[in-house]
Amino acid sequence: MATDLRRYAVFAVAAWLAATPGASAEDMRGTADLGLVVERASGSVLIVETTARTSLGRVTGLGDLSHASAVFSRDGRMAYVFGRDGGLNKVDLLSRALVKRITQAGNSIGGAISQDGRIIAVANYEPGGVRLFDAASLAAVGEIPALFGPEQTPSKVVGLADAPGQKFVFTLYDGGEIWLADVSDPARLKVDKYPGIGRLPYDGLITPDGRTYVAGLFGEDGLAKLDLWRPEAGVSRILDGYGRGEDPMPVYKMPHLRGWAVSGGHAFLPAIGRHELLVVDTRSWREAARVTVHGQPVFAIASPAGRHVWVNFAHPRNDTVQIVDVATMAVTLTLRPGKAVMHMEFTPRGEQVWLSLRDENRVDVYDTRSFVRIASIPARAPSGILLAARANRIGF
Amino acid sequence: MPRRTKVYGLLGLLALAGALPGAPSSADPDAERRQGLRHLLLHDCGSCHGLTMRGGLGRPLLPESLADKSDEALTSIILHGMPGTPMPPWAAEIDEDEALWLVTLLRGGVSLGD
Repeated sequence: MATDLRRYAVFAVAAWLAATPGASAEDMRGTADLGLVVERASGSVLIVETTARTSLGRVTGLGDLSHASAVFSRDGRMAYVFGRDGGLNKVDLLSRALVKRITQAGNSIGGAISQDGRIIAVANYEPGGVRLFDAASLAAVGEIPALFGPEQTPSKVVGLADAPGQKFVFTLYDGGEIWLADVSDPARLKVDKYPGIGRLPYDGLITPDGRTYVAGLFGEDGLAKLDLWRPEAGVSRILDGYGRGEDPMPVYKMPHLRGWAVSGGHAFLPAIGRHELLVVDTRSWREAARVTVHGQPVFAIASPAGRHVWVNFAHPRNDTVQIVDVATMAVTLTLRPGKAVMHMEFTPRGEQVWLSLRDENRVDVYDTRSFVRIASIPARAPSGILLAARANRIGF
Repeated sequence: MPRRTKVYGLLGLLALAGALPGAPSSADPDAERRQGLRHLLLHDCGSCHGLTMRGGLGRPLLPESLADKSDEALTSIILHGMPGTPMPPWAAEIDEDEALWLVTLLRGGVSLGD
């Protein structure tokens, strides 16, 4: 009797809960299949989902999003979108609202989220340096001015990434230095500096295991590497002289290293001013091969499934995407998706890849087994596609 | 490297053209080409200089930041690039009149809504 009564009470509560707005299981959803598409010219983002492959809505008012990127809160619900105008925008993927927007600098390039998810770091061009913000409130919590040399010259910062141990690692474009900052206590920042890495480093990346940081150099033939397990050993040069003394071709778009391709014990890196991918053995960090491709690579991104690397190209060859087979290190397929392929993003298990076609005003989705287009979504001058699964990955 | 040869060929022609006194500056590109150039400026130049031309990895290209530079100097930078920096030469796709038209556009201030 007592048991029956208790059961009745439970049912009554459940029925009441179901009738309460916002509380039914049908209304709730996860974010692991959500993401956003940056609409670079209109200061907006599309919230997209990769299960039915649709756009759920548009969030506007994000400022100048040329060269925008985003990171995600550790629960995968919030996107922090970094704009060129120094804007830091916090977007709720579920309510599809701009929760908060601050202008934290005059001109910025990108950002990162700390290992514990509590600090957002933004890399700035103007006034340079890195600024730190509370991920919940966007209140400023610290600043790392990137001053270098005897004159303490301010430097633009590029290649900002999160590193294990509540650290951020980044590169001084003007200064040619890699800095490793421990932000465990934002009031007492600890910064280790590695100068003399080479001329005009343009971007940097951290390996998926969080161990190795690599900065690409525009002004020299080679890349600079820092082993975060042994930072005291300093920066070493890899792929030194890969251009073999030949003049590079004019570079109409800087390659990007974040979102780089590591697969099968090899890293695939865009060569500056050359129609090549450089393949490096990630144990020895020596050159293992080169892959001749259609143009100057901008992004080389490995499928999470590992077998293929997808590559897009700089203007004026940016209507093409090539697929490199990691097993044979050869281009196995060339696609012409349309004008101005800006970015490529795989779903977390790699069954789909999303391509943004800026000058076609749409995002196309390809099946990665058949290489056939399976969906197309209208978008205004789309550039970056960033899926919420990045929330759980080092270096994203 | 046929592409490189073509670039040098163009550079040679441009050098010749530049040497002529009173080279015409009124040969504005036609409407379709102007639209193409504007798109190139916003999106391709803009990838380094910003869509709003406020600068990025490249310098700002706002009217005030260009005020102390001559048309000739700016046109030359567009066509021939700036050695030692990431600024590439655009002479393979843009001729001198078109470069001058871009300089004039920048001096008037260019923004997305135009």
